[in-house]
Amino acid sequence: MTKPNSPETLLIRGGRLIDPENRRDGEFDLLVAEGKVARVGKALTAPAGAQVIDAKGLIVAPGLVDIHVHLREPGNEGAETIESGTRAAAAGGVTSVVAMPNTQPPIDSVSGVRFLLRRAAETATVRVWPTGAITVGRSGEKLAEIGAMAEAGAVAVTDDGNAVPDTQLLRRALDYAKMFDLTVIEHAEDKSLMGEGVMNEGPLATRLGHKGIPRQSESIAIARDIALAELTGAHLHVTHISTRESVELIRAAKRRGVRVTSDATPHHFTLTEDAILRYGTNAKMNPPLRTEADRKAIINGLADGTIDAIASDHAPHTRASKEQEFSAAPFGIIGLETILPLTVTQLIEPGHLSWPDAIRRLCSGPAKVLSLPVGELSEGQPADVVVIDPAEERTVSGFSSKSQNSPFLGWTLRGFPQLVLVEGRVVLRREALRAAPAR
Amino acid sequence: MAVPPGGENRVKDLLGLESLTPAQIEHILDVARPMKSLFTRSIKKVPALRGKTVALLFFEASTRTRSSFELAAKRLSADTLSFASSTSSVTKGESLLDTAKTYEAMKVDFMVIRHAASGAPELVAQAVKARVINAGDGSHEHPTQGLLDIYTILEKKKRIDGLKVVIVGDILHSRVARSNLWGLTKLGAHVTVCGPSTLIPAGLSEVFGPKVSVSTRLDEALEGADVINVLRLQRERQQGDYFPTVREYTELFGLNTDRLRKAKPDCLVLHPGPMNRGVEISSEVADGPRSMILEQVTNGIAVRMAVLYVFANPEGLPATPPDGKQAAKAVTALKALE
Repeated sequence: MTKPNSPETLLIRGGRLIDPENRRDGEFDLLVAEGKVARVGKALTAPAGAQVIDAKGLIVAPGLVDIHVHLREPGNEGAETIESGTRAAAAGGVTSVVAMPNTQPPIDSVSGVRFLLRRAAETATVRVWPTGAITVGRSGEKLAEIGAMAEAGAVAVTDDGNAVPDTQLLRRALDYAKMFDLTVIEHAEDKSLMGEGVMNEGPLATRLGHKGIPRQSESIAIARDIALAELTGAHLHVTHISTRESVELIRAAKRRGVRVTSDATPHHFTLTEDAILRYGTNAKMNPPLRTEADRKAIINGLADGTIDAIASDHAPHTRASKEQEFSAAPFGIIGLETILPLTVTQLIEPGHLSWPDAIRRLCSGPAKVLSLPVGELSEGQPADVVVIDPAEERTVSGFSSKSQNSPFLGWTLRGFPQLVLVEGRVVLRREALRAAPAR
Repeated sequence: MAVPPGGENRVKDLLGLESLTPAQIEHILDVARPMKSLFTRSIKKVPALRGKTVALLFFEASTRTRSSFELAAKRLSADTLSFASSTSSVTKGESLLDTAKTYEAMKVDFMVIRHAASGAPELVAQAVKARVINAGDGSHEHPTQGLLDIYTILEKKKRIDGLKVVIVGDILHSRVARSNLWGLTKLGAHVTVCGPSTLIPAGLSEVFGPKVSVSTRLDEALEGADVINVLRLQRERQQGDYFPTVREYTELFGLNTDRLRKAKPDCLVLHPGPMNRGVEISSEVADGPRSMILEQVTNGIAVRMAVLYVFANPEGLPATPPDGKQAAKAVTALKALE
């Protein structure tokens, strides 16, 4: 592992700087010094010894904040580690990852949270924010030590991979987490309705002879969870929503003033269940890919702010585990390295979202969901920055992640990161930018 | 998917009937006819597949399909290799693909695969050069069963076009139903599927189109039926709460002599076996004059011989099979033995 360099003094000059939180979208220079955003302004002078980067034609934005990432360490290091996963994040322009606690063993105690923070300090390229499980062992039976985990550094609680099946227990989790201002992240799914389903229920599943997952397995859980958020006043965040009904439920709840937020993944706004025909198990995910109407609803939800964040649900699996019968293969695909170019090609270029709106969903939106002190370029803030070439077209041919389970291999996408800074340290610098003449 | 890649002029594997054209289905059935004529001879064997090896990879229990394929291969003079997952390396954790690649390394020509997971034969087909014949995968397809059912109907009725076929039972989990639906509708039959609404899969009409209708009332569905295909009630499903009791199921969906009267007087009764007598079918019907159940078993061998014979061709199954040409070749091969 290459430890990030020490913070540098950098003047990123002439780019289109987009920082929705500070209402900036225009040609600004960005001065980074001592790991912080030193100044944002027009025609800044480079201090002595500063590196000057010509960002003409490029987008300068806060580093991406991905609030749904599986790093697989501890327990499944063959698929990913904190080291490899955060390297993949840097390669994708992501400077903050929120790690899900469904590791082996699950992160459901102070020692788990501390382990993650220690390993991150030793090996991570980007920031790692731990979450803790809601229930002991993610078994849905007994509350984990939520307060102690919050004290140790957990930024949210979630049993991700499972919903909390017991309604009373989830009510208590919401009530209890509220004391610590912790967001409860729900993987909304009625397991009994999902049954042994492996893909979206409907004609295609019938054709392929696969057991279906009805869309209602998600919307029923969301309806219940929203009712509980209303009851408790706690902050509920519904992750990786996949259906039209889910978007509508969250939209209506937000209108009523319920403290509910949500995120959606690039694969749910890019693909439909038909992708299974082409990509096999690399299109098997949970929640499953749905229909075109759902895909459009997700895009509309992102455009009108019903969906606060884009999250990758980066789920690495080894080749061997994905090269199995469809029903036996695990759910999930990697996503850290395609979250940005998929947003550019699927949302910005077709005109569904403006650049500032897309940056909001990728940076400050997710940061706000979990109250993370990142996702904006305010002076004095740690300098987590991404410089994007919106025009760079590339055929996806391989990943920094240990796993390669992605349906987007071979896709030609646009909008890749050229320079990525975490606290002013360069964690990614692409050749094109390196070659640019400094003025 | 079982769909052959566009532009290919041959089909390497038999993964399902969904991807076959009516002409391809008819071609296999044409070849099955001379194969069946072989059964009446004292030496029931031709050298058509001499030197070829057929591996029977059965990852799921099966007696009749496996015996049928084995006999079909042997009657064509192929060598057979048997495999049963309970006594294989699969119990040691070997993956499906590794097992398949091991047989590939043994240079087998055919892999006949039965597997509990839908899509398993296709996964293997993409990874090996050997021809893969799906002998039933999960709830997806059982193409040779579909073909032998159609062959049996054709033999008696002389046509498929315009017939009314009723498939009754657990449609949701049935690979036999799906292969029947594809094959029969491609050849012009109208199919009514009938069973408890909990056992009818979502979006069935969207998949199979206007030639398929759904009914939950057997008495109505049987009106004017030319063929009734009764599916086995998989008793293990009863625990899934798809219906309250076996008794109630039999009451609503069991085929008995009274019910059979609703259908046409010359209606054929098919059942893929094994049967639960007194549950989905009464003994009177199963052993009655309309029953084709044992005929289906006999025809199964002929159809599987035809499949092996057709796919042994280096070209595989031609996209546009020459009318009756290969069937004629099979007849010549048989006559050469006389």
